[in-house]
Amino acid sequence: MKILVFVKQVPDTDDVQLDPKTGNLRRDGVKSMMNPMDANAIEAALQLKEKHGGSVVVVTMGLPMATEVQKKALGMGCDEAFLLSDRPFGGADTLATSYTLAKAAEKIGDFDLLLFGRLATDGDTAQTGPAVAAQLGIPQISLASSIEVRDGWVYCDRDLGDRVQRVRAKLPAVVTVNGGINKPRYATPINIMRAQKKPRTTWTAADLGCDMTKIGTPGSPSSTKKVFEPEKRNTDTQYLTGSPDEMAKALADLLEAEHLL
Amino acid sequence: MKSDYKGIWVFAEQENGKLHQTVLELLAKSKELQKHNGEKITAVLLGADVAALADTLFAYGADAVLLAESEALREYSARPYQKVLTELAEKYKPSIILYGATPLGRDLAPRMMVALDTGLTADAIDLGFDEDGVFYQTTPGYGGKILAHIVILERRPQMATVHPQICEPLEPVNGAKGELLVENLAVEGDAEYEVLETLPAEKSGESLTEAKVVVAGGRGVKNEDDLTMLRELAELLGGQIASSRPLVDNGMLPHDRQIGQSGTTVTPQLMFNIAISGSVQYQLGMQKAKCIVAINQSEDAPIYDIAHIGAVVDYKKLIPALIAEIKARRQ
Amino acid sequence: MFRLDEEHLELQASFKEFAENEIKPLAKEIDETERFPLESVKKMAEMGMMGLPIPEEYGGSGIDQLGYVLEIEELAKVCATTAIIVSAHTSLCCWPILKFGTEEQKQKYLVPLARGEKLGAFALTEPSAGTDASMQKSTAVLDGDAYVLNGSKIFITNAGAADVFIVFAMTDKEQGTRGISAFIVERDMPGFSMSKPENKMGLRASSTCELIFDNVRIPKENLLGQEGKGFKIAMATLDGGRIGVAAQATGIAQGAIDEAVKYTTERIQFGRRISQFQNTQFTLADMQTKTDAARLLVWRAAAAEQDGQPYTAPAAMAKLFAAETASYVTNRAVQLFGGYGYSKDYPVERMMRDAKVTEIYEGTSEVQKMVISGFMGVK
Repeated sequence: MKILVFVKQVPDTDDVQLDPKTGNLRRDGVKSMMNPMDANAIEAALQLKEKHGGSVVVVTMGLPMATEVQKKALGMGCDEAFLLSDRPFGGADTLATSYTLAKAAEKIGDFDLLLFGRLATDGDTAQTGPAVAAQLGIPQISLASSIEVRDGWVYCDRDLGDRVQRVRAKLPAVVTVNGGINKPRYATPINIMRAQKKPRTTWTAADLGCDMTKIGTPGSPSSTKKVFEPEKRNTDTQYLTGSPDEMAKALADLLEAEHLL
Repeated sequence: MKSDYKGIWVFAEQENGKLHQTVLELLAKSKELQKHNGEKITAVLLGADVAALADTLFAYGADAVLLAESEALREYSARPYQKVLTELAEKYKPSIILYGATPLGRDLAPRMMVALDTGLTADAIDLGFDEDGVFYQTTPGYGGKILAHIVILERRPQMATVHPQICEPLEPVNGAKGELLVENLAVEGDAEYEVLETLPAEKSGESLTEAKVVVAGGRGVKNEDDLTMLRELAELLGGQIASSRPLVDNGMLPHDRQIGQSGTTVTPQLMFNIAISGSVQYQLGMQKAKCIVAINQSEDAPIYDIAHIGAVVDYKKLIPALIAEIKARRQ
Repeated sequence: MFRLDEEHLELQASFKEFAENEIKPLAKEIDETERFPLESVKKMAEMGMMGLPIPEEYGGSGIDQLGYVLEIEELAKVCATTAIIVSAHTSLCCWPILKFGTEEQKQKYLVPLARGEKLGAFALTEPSAGTDASMQKSTAVLDGDAYVLNGSKIFITNAGAADVFIVFAMTDKEQGTRGISAFIVERDMPGFSMSKPENKMGLRASSTCELIFDNVRIPKENLLGQEGKGFKIAMATLDGGRIGVAAQATGIAQGAIDEAVKYTTERIQFGRRISQFQNTQFTLADMQTKTDAARLLVWRAAAAEQDGQPYTAPAAMAKLFAAETASYVTNRAVQLFGGYGYSKDYPVERMMRDAKVTEIYEGTSEVQKMVISGFMGVK
């Protein structure tokens, strides 16, 4: 079984800061990490590989520095990594991204299963996985909280909040996984050393044979027109003062006055 | 031509013949949009044996209902729904299509984006027309520290999934009538996708949405001991434990405990926010709480923008003191 | 040499992630309760971190010495106790078996040790043989197919949880240090007992005990190396152990700096962040400079060992400097935290207590200076 896992590098959200003057995101010194749910997708893929054999290929679109997440994926045990990195890919919205990722999937070929994290912490769109499925014309299972493969079908529980739906889709299919599906493994020292010899390839738009009107900014129907700070709604917060004990007493007084205790 | 596209569509999500609550909210929001562009509001209803829902849609503000019924549409499945909705959109050319940002809406809409080769904004928390007359969708960005107006300038339809509960449904006008358009499209079920069964979710506690008191912890809650402290406070107040995203992401609490845009919306009488910075996404899930208490060591945490009571202190010092104080008062 | 290559950077990132997620959350609790963190040993075993520099054929991960010191530093940044558990196990128990053991001893003891299925310890120090380790009072007398071991050992790291001990004893008193031999002793050998763990100032969960040997019969095949070579084995082992302790000290220092940077850039006093005061800036600059210098000494010693170069003096320098740096840096960190630094609610007080012992164990700072000056020809 050949599993493609799509992995994104995102800013470590703890570090995101706005420039107070320009309102722009401060990018210097901002640490990056693998999108957390993508690590869950890798873990799911590795477990399927351990059970059914085959290979796990990780695909990343991003800046050259996204090799960091590729290396981590290989250290976790993935077999091969592709980085889609090219200036014309820049400025892509989810439509252009899904087109580019689908082109890469087609070029890699022979895939049985495409795994995504349910959403990425930077964009929060949860659109890329289903959109890639649509690009490839294959079925999808979003919000998976479990995954199994049997007889050419992928079986998942979908977490719909108030209920769980058990579904199956015929391979090849796209599955987007929730954070709770598993606990991602660490890259072990031995795997990190072995990963040094694993193949890592970078592809440009030309390598993928992309229609240049479908990638990056030209291929992105949506754009950001304005960025602004959220309105502050309440400036009359009552602050507690003194020692923790004094604060606790004052807080209990306030809650008691409101009949909340 | 952009100008060939006219009309506001609301995808009338239904399951087992029951409309999703967000559909009514989207109809109300569409009325606001209509005031600006004057375009017809059409609810697009897909399913089997669902024609009776048209009256509800009219009552809540739809000018027209576009009905496509087929056995293949009885239960939602992405590809048949995508096929039918695409054919309809290509035929009628609406300028706007809105979907609820529900599990179903967020499963279908991205496929529609590809099928119609247009833009789709995810999980918008507001919609409107700006000073240039451009239709925008508001989304929080970068951990909720900023908001952005997303626009789809050239392509049509302009699509968005819209966060639940961003506006109230209109008062229904019983007996209101509109135009009913019935489309008979050939569509087959998806032989490569099957819902096997649906089970109630295992809950890790009482439902958060009904809770009168919620004690929520954030990134500063590091381990099981810290969490136990929060649980004790929640128990003491007869409330529920909840969290912002980090504790769910790291597996300390299950997803049904998460408050915010990608979790649950709560409306308790009393809401403790402990070591939670309070991103826009988080605030979306709790801003209607009656009494908001924020405990965070960082005095510029955005949670203080909406807190009624604030304590800039290490919660590990305050909470045990508060627990002791409450216990003492009850004796 | 002055910066890490790609694979070492990746190793470092992996150790850091593991330490932050799995080790750091326990640090405060095990310090307070003196509970040996067996669950951490198990997790590190799964990661291949209990025998990192041991070849894969013997159950290890086959990582070089530089990778190993990165491991110890990253662990020590969040929990010095966990770092010494790994360092004592790896440098002081696995390593001498790898270096001096027979193939049978390696298969029987090293493989499960390096896999982390068993835990190791090193027993040299005695009540009257501390800094002067040659004054061994423990004796091992050959009796048929076994050595009969009598005596006691003190301050033995990991003792309460260890399965395998490298124990030194006199086999021939007449010969002085040349009469000392090394043995592989199993925990459940009859006559082997131990005290409760010492109540220590720092590294409180590392289960440091006194060992008592009362006519313990050690099979002849458990003699490590040749009879009479024990002192050499001990000294060679300690050279490597010192690199581990130096890495641990560097990690403690860096951990304290990381906490201090975080704290001073967040806490407001007199209307400004503490980090805006020049005193804070200068203090932190000194702390980081010394710590970087210590780290480079550690890397140099590790590289010398890796390359088969003499590393006794580099290891002694690294340990001397890193240990003193750890004490200096953690002391300054507590000062920057002010009253909070003295509170157990913040980790710097623990780091300060943990740092002190790095100047004492596996050779005091004074012993390191003797070693270094000896190599300089200053006699």
